[in-house]
Amino acid sequence: MTKTITDVICPFCGTLCDDVEVVVSDDGKKLLEVANACVIGTEKFLHSQAADRVTRPRMHQEDGTWKEVSYDDAVEYTAQMLAKAKKPLMYGWSSTNCEAQSVGNEIAEISRACCDNTAAVCHGTTLIAVQDIGLPTCTLGEVKNRADRVIFWGCNPAHAHPRHMSRYSIFPRGFFTGKGQMSRKLIVVDPRVTDTAKMADVHLQLEQGKDYELLNALRVAFKGEWLPDVVAGIPAEKIREAADMMKSGRFGIIFFGMGVTQSLSKNHNIDEAIAVTKDLNEYTKFSIMPMRGHYNVTGSGEVFAWQFGFPYSVDLTRGFARYNPGDTSSIDLLTRGEVDAMFTIGSDPGAHFPISAVKPIANMPSVCIDPHLTPTSGVSKLHVPVAFNGVETGGNCYRMDNVPIDCRKVVEPPEGMLTDEQFLIKVRDRLKQLKGAA
Amino acid sequence: MSEYIIKNGHVFDPVQGIKGDKKDISIKDGKIVDKVGSGAKVIDASGKTVMAGAVEIHAHIAGPKVNLGRIYRPEDKLFSCTPTKGMERMGGGASIPTTFKTGYEYAKMGYTTAMEAAMPPMFSRHVHEEIRDTPIIDEGAFPVFGNNWFVLEYLKNQEIENTAAYIAWMLRVTKGYAVKVVNPGGTEAWAWGLNCLTVNDPVPYFDITPAEIVSGLIDANEYLGLPHSMHIHPNNLGNPGCYETTLDTLKLAEGKKAKNKFGRDSVMHLTHSQFHSYKGTNWGDFESGAKEVTDYVNKNKNITIDTGNVTLDETTTMTADGPFEHHLTGLNHLKWANCDVELETAAGVVPYIYSPSISVCAIQWAIGLEIPLMMKDPMRCYITTDHPNAGPFTRYPRVIKWLMSKKARDTQINAFKHKDKVLSQTSIGSLDKELSLYELAQMTRAGPAKTLGLGAMCGGLKPGMDADVAVYNFNPDKPVADPDDIEKAFSRCAAVFKSGVQVVSNGEIIATGHKRTLWVNAKVNDNPQVIRDINEKFIKYYSMTQANYEALGHHFVPNPFALEVDATTQV
Amino acid sequence: METVTITLKNAPALFLEADNVSPDVFAGKTAAQIAELHVHEGNTTSPLGKYFEVSGSAGTTAADTKIVVKGDVKKVKYLGFKMSAGEMVIESSADQYVGAWMTGGKLLAKGSVGAFAATAMKNGELTIEGNAGNYLGAAYRGDWRGMSGGKILVKGNAGSDIGMYMLGGEIVVNGNADVHVMTHAEGGKTIVKGSTKSKLGGQMVEGTIIVFGAIETMMPGFKPNGEVELEVEGTKAKFAHFIGDTGERHKKKKGVVVYGNLYKKI
Repeated sequence: MTKTITDVICPFCGTLCDDVEVVVSDDGKKLLEVANACVIGTEKFLHSQAADRVTRPRMHQEDGTWKEVSYDDAVEYTAQMLAKAKKPLMYGWSSTNCEAQSVGNEIAEISRACCDNTAAVCHGTTLIAVQDIGLPTCTLGEVKNRADRVIFWGCNPAHAHPRHMSRYSIFPRGFFTGKGQMSRKLIVVDPRVTDTAKMADVHLQLEQGKDYELLNALRVAFKGEWLPDVVAGIPAEKIREAADMMKSGRFGIIFFGMGVTQSLSKNHNIDEAIAVTKDLNEYTKFSIMPMRGHYNVTGSGEVFAWQFGFPYSVDLTRGFARYNPGDTSSIDLLTRGEVDAMFTIGSDPGAHFPISAVKPIANMPSVCIDPHLTPTSGVSKLHVPVAFNGVETGGNCYRMDNVPIDCRKVVEPPEGMLTDEQFLIKVRDRLKQLKGAA
Repeated sequence: MSEYIIKNGHVFDPVQGIKGDKKDISIKDGKIVDKVGSGAKVIDASGKTVMAGAVEIHAHIAGPKVNLGRIYRPEDKLFSCTPTKGMERMGGGASIPTTFKTGYEYAKMGYTTAMEAAMPPMFSRHVHEEIRDTPIIDEGAFPVFGNNWFVLEYLKNQEIENTAAYIAWMLRVTKGYAVKVVNPGGTEAWAWGLNCLTVNDPVPYFDITPAEIVSGLIDANEYLGLPHSMHIHPNNLGNPGCYETTLDTLKLAEGKKAKNKFGRDSVMHLTHSQFHSYKGTNWGDFESGAKEVTDYVNKNKNITIDTGNVTLDETTTMTADGPFEHHLTGLNHLKWANCDVELETAAGVVPYIYSPSISVCAIQWAIGLEIPLMMKDPMRCYITTDHPNAGPFTRYPRVIKWLMSKKARDTQINAFKHKDKVLSQTSIGSLDKELSLYELAQMTRAGPAKTLGLGAMCGGLKPGMDADVAVYNFNPDKPVADPDDIEKAFSRCAAVFKSGVQVVSNGEIIATGHKRTLWVNAKVNDNPQVIRDINEKFIKYYSMTQANYEALGHHFVPNPFALEVDATTQV
Repeated sequence: METVTITLKNAPALFLEADNVSPDVFAGKTAAQIAELHVHEGNTTSPLGKYFEVSGSAGTTAADTKIVVKGDVKKVKYLGFKMSAGEMVIESSADQYVGAWMTGGKLLAKGSVGAFAATAMKNGELTIEGNAGNYLGAAYRGDWRGMSGGKILVKGNAGSDIGMYMLGGEIVVNGNADVHVMTHAEGGKTIVKGSTKSKLGGQMVEGTIIVFGAIETMMPGFKPNGEVELEVEGTKAKFAHFIGDTGERHKKKKGVVVYGNLYKKI
């Protein structure tokens, strides 16, 4: 016999769909089917059932092989590493729940570490921009119910957030948008002809690296000022048309992603996009929202912020929090040789960081907490697999629009496996002993 | 559980009418008791002032807009963070403290209960996570109702019973405490970039006026008999001439009577009244409307207010009055954050510098002090800074200094660049009154506790009440040599007890206790209509499912304290 | 003027934070006392003497104090942090935050410096003989109040984001500058004698940018405004004048809109 669990939250991307249904065996030990999730989300649930899953911690041996160790051994190695390091880096946090993030913060404070999350390679630049200019935004339901102008700038939701358009941004029939996608005009700004761009009413196929200039041109167009004939490869006339299309809506939203956060100008692109949004509020109602990647990177930012005051790249080495990306950010810390121990959880810097930042990890004490085998676990000294958060354990997560949703446990983890939170609590308690704290 | 005796202090307790007598206060098993055994630990309070723990009735200390403020203001923490030390986790944030710092700072000043002033219901999990991470103090949070689609539709049809059922549902699923109203109707209008600036401006599409919203919510609140009254931030905040909108709003309480089992007498609480007491037509002829507002409130005894004192600091404004924040960034061009919340509300955040060299800021400062000095009943006027809007709550000792010392006020007035304008546009120069310690206890403990419906539990030192006690290094028998001594004494307590646990000793945190989350569980008759409406709106309009909205697990509210309300006997 | 010389003898394994190395902190102290001041390597705190040899003695005030920093200080941050008076000479290249938050005095970096030099500078003189890293004379994260006074001279090249949120003061770069010059500025002047890439004066409210070399890509918000003869740093030449950022807000003085000014040598 089986049972169906409804209102399940998918723990993969920032869209955080919460209408997923999962069919499990009656004893709750096997996950059998997934309904309503996209291809990526479905796989997130199903792959937890892989027969060849690593279920116990392993230490990297001198000869390159791996030897299984106990969770207690893993706790000891981790606590010792953090206790001895002069400047450990605790990175990731984006694919785990807020409860685990909070214990991680305690550990970082006790060991006087640097702590950081995946915004460092993703929307960290958005956060820098928000810190410089602010953020007029809204929840996704406002987009569903009111938006008649939707702009995707430097992002491709058709591939990266597959259900975003059907749940929130293009197709739904909301309270004031009864005609669904017919209520809306879509502008896509992207140097590529992506699957999202193919759906657009207007595709501004700009020159790479010139988003800042094009955004500036929009602001100039709003004010009716002089423009050169072509900006970023787009004729001035098309820019003015796009500006008019935005102004003529009654509720607009700009969604943006790595195309602008991690290309030339980075935070300045977002800064100017927020300025565009701010300007549009002189004429109509407009908001802007980052398409967050990992399903709980937003949560990590929130927990860092209410406990330490900053959303990422937090340096606790002096016993109080300091922040300055470029100095306190993970890739800079690693490439410059500033850290002497690496703790990774809920992320895969081995796959996502420049190789110059990954190589140092191989030469220092390092721990990787991850149910998977990844490039990061491959380069670390200790690999600690844990239960899949959002599948085998619940816990709070924050959606891309900062809405908190409590993920559910739908199936039991393999026998004897710990969750992130359980492992971290053991590390914290051992670390307190080592540091002689109360 | 421990026994303590706080010996020989000068006790100020409006609940028992004690005005500075030397009395011993005994604590046992978390409560104030008549007496304790000889083994009780002695706290020597000779030459000190003893009051119940203070009660913060309105501050923005936990939740999404507070955290957005933290995230977007790294400069608020530059060079001002406090390190991990003993019991204390590290802290930071001059105007928007981190959660640990918030708890410690309140406790060190003798505060033991605080209310988060505005909870966007969809984000209640976030609010409760931050409340959980705020040590020591008991907290509650007020969900906002004044722009909620259900409320707008029910009240348009004058369906008080349905509104009450919806409020009861909302309080239960969000673990909320009271009915908060912010810029009624105007924040829904703001979702289209519009606003409601008078009580008669209709809300776009919903076609209901702020007056109808406010009146209906008062009625629903009394129908339920909730511990606190409807708590309102009226329309037109912060604009010269807004006192008229404030009077129009206050008038909506006329003839309405409080109905509840918690000892509350009022039906409307006007919050941060300083921001709502402006006369004049523009920033040039801007003047104080404090007299007009306090005259009205003095005469109408079913209304309570809190001050919203300007502290003359660089701070951060944050409010569910979204359109106001947009207006403010247009004035000072500082970074503006905004979030519209589907079906429910919005929030805005903008930094602000209350500079003593700017006449408008100086006048705002004066208005914030005129109000409590002109209010005749200290049990109906409470001291706040609408933290962090008019200033950080850590400035309460400074506000107390200004209220207790005319000399301190004069020193500040003489330091203003535009002193003449402050004197001509307000009456602060002619107000000689100095608050007594008894009046201070009324305005910061007994009064707010009573209005929150917590009067039997806290805000006083009567045996049976919670042992929330603050001991200040302030000797009422000695004349005050320097008003700054008042500020110093109220900044760091000699001792603070929370629910019978000593949490502060000589200004330092020594324990964190077991803070509670206060919420209201109101039972109403089964209401299939409202249940169906809720189901329908979740299916059609919300971006999350009802099951996920309603799930507020134990880990969010680890130590809940529910005030039970039975509204089922209503006909 | 009394001189203290500190020479790096023991290299740190990681990086050093030397925020106590400034005339203000050294003033009134003997060499022995200076050697006891704290430096930080990660989460460890040690006396300065663990890494540096200290000789000489400080003046009674910051104004009377000169510091000479010798040895390989490529991994030392915060030299000259918050200095308000006096002099400092760094003989070779240093890392981040050189002269950050300085309010006076003279700081000479004979080599190159890392990122965040002269953050939020209020006054004083900073001369960098080599190259400057990114964020020279910029504001701290989130702060709309950037460099407000003083003078910076870079003899080599400068990185990106110079003069962000600048309010006053002057930055001169003899070499080239990378992207984003005076973004969000509301005053102040930046002169680049070499070439620049793009994104000059983005979101600028007020202020002046003068470029002698090339500008690869102009911001669309900078409108051609004729030509003008200027004397800049002793050179008289003709410059193309642009005003902007026309997409940004601007104040009015006596009814006339005040724009930022960008001059490019013809």
